[in-house]
Amino acid sequence: MATKITKAVKISQKHLLGIQDLSINDVHIILNESQKFIKLNQSKNKKLDILRGKTQINLFFEPSTRTQSSFELAGKRLGADVMSINVNNSSIKKGETLIDTAMTLNAMHPDIIVIRHQDSGACNLLSQKVNCTVLNAGDGRREHPTQALLDALTIINRKKKIEGLRIAICGDVLHSRVARSNIYLLNMLGAEVNIIAPTNLMPKEIEKFGVNTFTDMNKGLKDCDIVMMLRLQNERMSNSFLSSNREYYEYYGLTPDKLDHAKPDALIMHPGPMNRGIEIDTKLADDINKSVIKEQVELGVAVRMACLKIFCE
Amino acid sequence: MKKQYFINGNIIDPYNSLNENGGLIIDENGKIEAIGKKVNTNNLPTREKTIDLKGKYIFPGLVDMRVFVGEPGYEYKENFKTLSGAALSGGVTSVVTMPNTDPVIDNVSIVDFLKRRGRDKSKINIFPCAALTRNIEGNNMTEFGLLQSRGIIAFTDGIKTIQNTRLMSRIMNSAYDFGCLIMQHAEDYELAQNGMINSGIIATKLGLAGIPDIAERIIIERDLTLLEKIKCRYHISQLSSQKSIEVIEQRKENLSFSCGVSINNLSLNENDIGDFRTFLKLSPPLRKEEDRVALVQGLRDKTIDVIVSDHKPEDEESKRLTFAQAATGASGIETLLSLSLELYHNQSLKLETIIQALTSNPAKILKINKGNLSIGNDADFCIVDLNKPWIVKKENMVSKSKNTSIEGKKLQGKVTNTFVRGEELFELK
Repeated sequence: MATKITKAVKISQKHLLGIQDLSINDVHIILNESQKFIKLNQSKNKKLDILRGKTQINLFFEPSTRTQSSFELAGKRLGADVMSINVNNSSIKKGETLIDTAMTLNAMHPDIIVIRHQDSGACNLLSQKVNCTVLNAGDGRREHPTQALLDALTIINRKKKIEGLRIAICGDVLHSRVARSNIYLLNMLGAEVNIIAPTNLMPKEIEKFGVNTFTDMNKGLKDCDIVMMLRLQNERMSNSFLSSNREYYEYYGLTPDKLDHAKPDALIMHPGPMNRGIEIDTKLADDINKSVIKEQVELGVAVRMACLKIFCE
Repeated sequence: MKKQYFINGNIIDPYNSLNENGGLIIDENGKIEAIGKKVNTNNLPTREKTIDLKGKYIFPGLVDMRVFVGEPGYEYKENFKTLSGAALSGGVTSVVTMPNTDPVIDNVSIVDFLKRRGRDKSKINIFPCAALTRNIEGNNMTEFGLLQSRGIIAFTDGIKTIQNTRLMSRIMNSAYDFGCLIMQHAEDYELAQNGMINSGIIATKLGLAGIPDIAERIIIERDLTLLEKIKCRYHISQLSSQKSIEVIEQRKENLSFSCGVSINNLSLNENDIGDFRTFLKLSPPLRKEEDRVALVQGLRDKTIDVIVSDHKPEDEESKRLTFAQAATGASGIETLLSLSLELYHNQSLKLETIIQALTSNPAKILKINKGNLSIGNDADFCIVDLNKPWIVKKENMVSKSKNTSIEGKKLQGKVTNTFVRGEELFELK
């Protein structure tokens, strides 16, 4: 799939706001480019000068470890000047609106802004107000496109294809941007997607996205090639979405006996950070034969390098 | 004031079941002296100057039951003067103002201020509402009797709902005692918590928390159950969904109450929100096309009584934010009639039905002698070129705030002149 040579080499979008906006050709361009960077990242000299002279601003309104460091590293390895703005001690804390922040940064002529924001659509708003390219590093519960792309790359590298695979996405789908982006992308690439969640955490009319929905995890995992677990936010308990951690673990936590319903060679994925013992059994998470969670992080840098390169050009 | 003679207009006055070509005479005091087909060139004194309307329409001045004005507290969004200008340009001559101001309209002294400001700064008829509860907090009732005696037309918490059932029953008892009208904005807060748009595929796609349609239905069913016991004057401000209409249809058979719908919910649906257009963040939210169609049907079969603009001016700073942070509401008083006429032009509704829902029906619910063209009444009316095409552009808006939900929309039909008490206060340039 990813090795297929595609004819058009130009990406159709100026910004990477969501998988929804990408064509299948765009996806192939990004995944093909990402493959090239995997090797580079494993080699001794990791530095290129593709983005030399370019300025990349990381604007993170939500705390993030892996996505922020991944984008920062990706930019640096491509030779860009990377600046990360810590929202906690910026004027945003003083009540500056997103648009004013955008206009201020825009006046400094960056080439690329990477944004993570707690409100859905924040990256869309930003992209309307700045001249440079905007990469979405997660907006509210809407999209997290680079996560979906790195998940796809991980699957392709292990399974050699996505088309025809049965992939389960399990957990707090309602509040998950990772789930939404993955649904769009996996559908586009021809996978069969099973969504598993208690009804309280299932988004309304999600089946209209062309997925199968399950409230019974064992049924949803049946014959799956990939099991993608989602992080459960702790505050869900207080809002009566769920009764308790232990009940959630009992019915929706990934355990060896539930995993038995999937194919024997099924792979486990998780976007991180994990709640061990709540959504996933700790031994399963570390099982090097089944879990590709660390690989996801590794390929994340490659995917972000590809995105920076492609969208910066 | 000189006597004025209009001839050759198409007069629609649902209150008097008038739908005919004819003329209108306004006397020296700004009252209607004669109206209808008998007013024509054959029986007018030839020395008098007559205005030939050439088939344009004459409607009673519109009565808009749901209007937010920024006075006091939010004058930068809309004041009485700018509201008056916007209303007149849309043929609206009477408005019911919401109490969601700062301070809230919840005591007698503020009402006196409001009446004075309204009278001095605006040229339209202002009918102020007071809050149902003090400071719109949903805890303690306001003084219905005293407030009504000072000129409050109805009671509502405007953008808020009475959640507490016991309080609601006591409000209804008190409203019954004083014979006053209460208007409910129907939304169950627990079900609608953090919701921004209709619950469903669009909310899921945009990643926004949804407001389910049953959040509206549950409050309506609760209130109507109370109404079975307490027969007060009760009005549901705005319906938004098919599910609510089903309840209304059923209950109207043996209960007396009324309900309204916003022109936004009649003309738009959730798909119009597109790429996070904050001007379409409305309450109640825009729902599915099936809901919109059901609302139009509700007007057609008289299940729904009135159309309102839900005019909620918001300054640019309140809307230039992410969808979650942006203020709710759209400015709409000046496009109320033209947008309603779209439902006539696309053959969804009869012209009379639309005009009734904009004039005589709200007046009847409010028990005011407005929204009609009866002989001897104030000559509050508008002249409308029913087919004139125009495009909604925010730079042409009269209201102080430009947050229209229909920017760029092509409309057909425009008010050319508006009169209040016989005085021409608006003329289309």
